[in-house]
Amino acid sequence: MVTTQRSIEFPSILKKYTSKKIPFHLGQVLGNALRYIILVALAFSFILPMYWMVTSALKTDAQVYNIPPVWIPNPAHWENFWVGWNLYDYNRYLVNTVFRYAIPVMFATTLSSAFVAYGFSRIQWRGREAFFAILLATMMIPSQVTIVPIFIIFRQLGWINSYRPLVVPAFFGSAWNIFLMRQFFKSIPRELSEAALIDGASELTVLFRIILPLAKPVLTVVALFAFMNAWNDYFGPLIYIGRREQFPIALAIHQLRISYEDPAMSAGLYPYLMAISTIVTLPIFGVFFLAQRTFIEQISLTGLKG
Amino acid sequence: MNFATIKSVRPRRFLTPEMRRTLTGLFFISPWLIGFLIWTIYPLIASLYYSFHRYDLMRPPVYLGLTNYIDLFTKDPRIGKVTSNTLFYVGLSAPIGVVAAFLMASLLNTKIKFRSVFRAIFFFPSIVPIVVSATVWRFLLDPKWGAVNATIRALRMSAIPFLSNPDWAKPTLIGIHIWAQGSAIVIFLASLQEVPRSLYEAATVDGANSWQRFWNVTIPMCSPVILYNLIMAFIGGFQTFVLPYILTGGGPNLATEMYAMHLYRNAFTHLRMGKASAMAWILFIVIVTFTILLFKTSARWVYYGGGEE
Repeated sequence: MVTTQRSIEFPSILKKYTSKKIPFHLGQVLGNALRYIILVALAFSFILPMYWMVTSALKTDAQVYNIPPVWIPNPAHWENFWVGWNLYDYNRYLVNTVFRYAIPVMFATTLSSAFVAYGFSRIQWRGREAFFAILLATMMIPSQVTIVPIFIIFRQLGWINSYRPLVVPAFFGSAWNIFLMRQFFKSIPRELSEAALIDGASELTVLFRIILPLAKPVLTVVALFAFMNAWNDYFGPLIYIGRREQFPIALAIHQLRISYEDPAMSAGLYPYLMAISTIVTLPIFGVFFLAQRTFIEQISLTGLKG
Repeated sequence: MNFATIKSVRPRRFLTPEMRRTLTGLFFISPWLIGFLIWTIYPLIASLYYSFHRYDLMRPPVYLGLTNYIDLFTKDPRIGKVTSNTLFYVGLSAPIGVVAAFLMASLLNTKIKFRSVFRAIFFFPSIVPIVVSATVWRFLLDPKWGAVNATIRALRMSAIPFLSNPDWAKPTLIGIHIWAQGSAIVIFLASLQEVPRSLYEAATVDGANSWQRFWNVTIPMCSPVILYNLIMAFIGGFQTFVLPYILTGGGPNLATEMYAMHLYRNAFTHLRMGKASAMAWILFIVIVTFTILLFKTSARWVYYGGGEE
């Protein structure tokens, strides 16, 4: 990147060289170079741990501990992915994470939040803004305050060691998603739904036939975030899931890391730990690259309109 | 209610249009409203109730009055340590994180090539599963085997015990937190792009140099978003749990044991639900007080210019 930039700047320096403004432009070029040096250095520091993870997954155990570090493993041990994955019952952890947690939460929270957001944006009613203020205020309540009574409720229901405590609350909408969707719904012109309402459509019809089809970008973002948050979630399963066969992948990785730190167990484990970490990061990476633009736009929105 | 609407009400309808709209509105928000009662209002009341009781899930709660609150400060040997750890962490990670994110966003907002590539790279660490980033960082920073210390030794300096020395552990934790500032960067970048060009042009005409433009145009125009990110960073910092819990488990020598971790252990390891609830309420009050104070001071330094919707 630095070289392309230079090749563009160079002719303009030559041109300006004759125009007696040398110090200013020289400073600009230096400033530009410095800017790219900082950018590349920062980008490098952001990528380095991920690079280390992927390459360590391809190393032998001895190479992992090699000093100086091995930056490009050769030959690459691709079988580490397969061996690591089968070291424990990761198929089961994957099924737990995806089908018992992430996908149910994704559908529940998207649907319920859209429903609630409609009431907060497309219908004019007395008290709406007051309720919305309460909704925003709930985002400030630390989860520590409510976690103990909620845990006790689920315990009395006999739901500990199941995914119900993590999935059921998603049916009641989540404040952040409602907020995000409300902002989007508000930007849809009134005329669109008014025409349908005058023709006798119910508010529900308007929501499902007019608003939701138009709101695909925000629905996608909310759904993807819900999936990712469940996929990455550590705290929820830590509290509610105690049995190993019920673990989601996040808890299972930590389990593997703890056994890796046990000297009796550690031999040869590290590349596998990195291989599994890579596999777990991969879907996040994929989702992010597919939806990067919408993602970033929506996050930007929360800050600007908040 | 004007005359026309009253006339339009058909006789068999008991509700005015306004009441009907209110009912429809309530119907649509009812999932959240019911959830609010179950997952927020009831737990708030219940946790206040538990905080005045001894409760271990096995036996019925025993009323203790303020004992949980008093004992927390007089009889808990760890409370001083976890409180000072948390204050240290919040006091550094929130302002440094916000400043770092703002500077990085400003850098991304200058005329650069591949901006969206850089932005994606800067953002990505914040969505990597914390379990994964903690595991990787732990190894990278290992004094003996880690690549970071290998590099440091190659530069003929002595290795740094990033996570194994109590003095280094907290700064390292803050560093890793700042490494994953992605969403703050993205929010700042969006607000930087909203600053009207005309303001910069006017400032340039008035003879302001780039530093003066940054200080007198950029920062005031972005100050509401700075406040937003700062508040979020403080609220999140006070509650920080997962990163230190996974990265160090609170060690070495309790150097990274945070308030929320201590609360968690009291509740779910020692089953002291009453004490944990008292701790949670203290945390809640601290966070609310802090947020209000931050808002109060914001009148002095946050610029809410007109023009925006």
